Amino acid sequence: MSGLLTAGQLGSSDVETLFDLADSFLEVSSRRMPKVPALKGKTVVSLFFEDSTRTRLSFETAAKRLSADVMTFPVASSSVNKGESVRDTIETVDAMGIDALVVRHRCAGVPHQIAGWTSASVINAGDGAHEHPTQALLDAFTMRQHFGSVAGLRVAIVGDVRHSRVARSNVALLASLGAEITLVAPSTLLPATLDGWPVTVSTSLDEVLGVVDVVYLLRMQTERMREHLVPSLREYRMRFGLTSERAALMKPGAVIMHPGPMNRGVEIGGEVAELPNALVVDQVRNGVAVRMAVLFWLLGSGGHQTDQPSELAEVDREGAADV
Amino acid sequence: MSETVVLAGGTVVDADGERRADVRIDQSRGKIVEVGAELDVTGSEILDVSGAYVMPGLVDVHAHLRQPGREEAETVETGARCAALGGYTAVVAMPNTTPAIDCAAVVREVLQLGSSAPCDVHASGAVTVDRAGEALAPMAEMAALGVHLFTDDGAGVQDPGLMRRAMEYARDLGVTLAQHCEVDALAAGGHMHEGEWSVRLGIPGQPAESEELMVARDLMLARLTGARIHIQHVSTAASVAMVRAAKADGLAVTAEATTHHFTLTHAECASYSPLFKVAPPLRTDADVAAIRTGLADGTIDAVATDHAPHTQESKELPFEQAPPGMLGLETALALAMTHLGIPMTELVQRMSVGPARIAGLAEVHGRPVAGGEPANLCVVDPGATWTVDPNQTASRSRNTPYGGWTLQGRVVHTVLHGELVVANGEARR
Repeated sequence: MSGLLTAGQLGSSDVETLFDLADSFLEVSSRRMPKVPALKGKTVVSLFFEDSTRTRLSFETAAKRLSADVMTFPVASSSVNKGESVRDTIETVDAMGIDALVVRHRCAGVPHQIAGWTSASVINAGDGAHEHPTQALLDAFTMRQHFGSVAGLRVAIVGDVRHSRVARSNVALLASLGAEITLVAPSTLLPATLDGWPVTVSTSLDEVLGVVDVVYLLRMQTERMREHLVPSLREYRMRFGLTSERAALMKPGAVIMHPGPMNRGVEIGGEVAELPNALVVDQVRNGVAVRMAVLFWLLGSGGHQTDQPSELAEVDREGAADV
Repeated sequence: MSETVVLAGGTVVDADGERRADVRIDQSRGKIVEVGAELDVTGSEILDVSGAYVMPGLVDVHAHLRQPGREEAETVETGARCAALGGYTAVVAMPNTTPAIDCAAVVREVLQLGSSAPCDVHASGAVTVDRAGEALAPMAEMAALGVHLFTDDGAGVQDPGLMRRAMEYARDLGVTLAQHCEVDALAAGGHMHEGEWSVRLGIPGQPAESEELMVARDLMLARLTGARIHIQHVSTAASVAMVRAAKADGLAVTAEATTHHFTLTHAECASYSPLFKVAPPLRTDADVAAIRTGLADGTIDAVATDHAPHTQESKELPFEQAPPGMLGLETALALAMTHLGIPMTELVQRMSVGPARIAGLAEVHGRPVAGGEPANLCVVDPGATWTVDPNQTASRSRNTPYGGWTLQGRVVHTVLHGELVVANGEARR
């Protein structure tokens, strides 16, 4: 495996390895000097055809904490915007000698296409309505951290599943780890068919609120009204928004998650994100550790490994200067 | 130098069936002189075609030759060469050029470009001005130049009121309205068939109903107006069923299906390769089975290629941004012989006789292989296998989805108005 394109490509032992690595990297991130020389000499390029400051920063932070050289390909101001094809761009970047490409694109399948044009590891940082595997990994890692295990958890994924790469990756990963998933959305926001999906479906958030361990809210895009998928954001909030009133009906011990960025006042009540059982900040923190794990797993010496690597030793003074 | 050539030792196959016979052609007159077993070949050039079928030249009612406007992808000349190499002696060029073929001037340009091509090139005309679906194109002035098929191919005529008037107007002219059936509002920008694969791949899909709704509408309008209509690239089981029922009801409707819609399914899109992006999209196994049945029982009158050249760059775009379409002229006959499983005499109906009638070319193409008939012929060796190599095409483009496929049946010679335009698999012009 030369990259991470989908959550489904990960076997359960891969996921365990990544989670164990992420545990170590969380420890690294809590150090006074949160940096290790694990990927010193490796070059990671972030190539975001679609803007996503938070995901890009998370990946770049992860790569820097592993002492990789990190470059941002400035798509907006580059030759891509002057009509250069993606393939020409990739072949140009590839010729410079790089180890990993972190790719975000608004169209499904672009990381797959790119993987055919480069020898570098390609990491899918979100492709259209297809997949966002590191988001699913950090979400599952956060659930495991909070509950001890993902197996047996009841998870409601609420909102625009139809257009959501986060939902697709999470369904694949969480189901493989033994969670029970319920998709909660109006039929207009569900995929055209759910044949073969390991999920149950509800069109009522109120019916599932009291029984699930995790309420996972998806971002509601405002352009969905123009596509006749919901009549108004007001009506969406009325049926599927996690208001303070609804949050109070959740099962004791249940948690709230959101991949960000949040539309406060739409899918999540303005103050709900601040509740003690909202794990949104944990997700962001864990995101860096999980992406460190993915980068190390793909690029670390000897390829994928399970042992605690010696590279996790404190970074030397020379390396520290790079921070 | 002899004026006649004898295709000797082959099996003649046409609408009347198969028979062992030699075919003597008068090259200067462009006619078949005589057909019979063991002809006297004295004084004639002899072409040994033993083991091969000698059949009427193929006719494609649906080819995109890209000229004028997109010459980097194809020209009339290169497209016609693909056609000749594929055994075709006539093709109908679709009007979605730049400018569109929507008036006499552009019709003349295309016909002029095709006048020296190794295949008869006919133009279809747009139904509406600039294919914009808003105002009727001057069909009569195009019909006067011999245009018989009118279509906005690449898009369907969305407005049912406009389509009704187009049918009434076309009926007066004795021409046929052909439709690319796709209701835009329901297709909603979908880039592949909506179903388990589109959902899995995260590619926006379009439901089969976006085709079927327009098939149903146009069949109703044909009943209302009495117009002759042709359904282009039928791709779903329900569309086939509707056409079958309409024919049983006596409506003047014909239909075509492409080679890719009886050989490929939406599962191919899992590669994310835009080579498999096409309009209408590749569908399900059940749809493929229905298309094959429709071709076997004659519900679908014609195999079409929908030959749609696109540059390498455009087919390396993201799937959702790449243009739809694939090459077809050079592979169609072999795909049909390998995968359709119908007798050669039926294949002649679907690939020559039927399409010639639809295109209004039945005086010259899709004729019996008999003395006095125009010498438009295809000679194909059913025993020859070959592997499709995208780099070996005569097209300016390379976008075939069949690279690496091994097919049965290779075109050996193509005869156009008596001239050997393809000999031993090589184009002579």
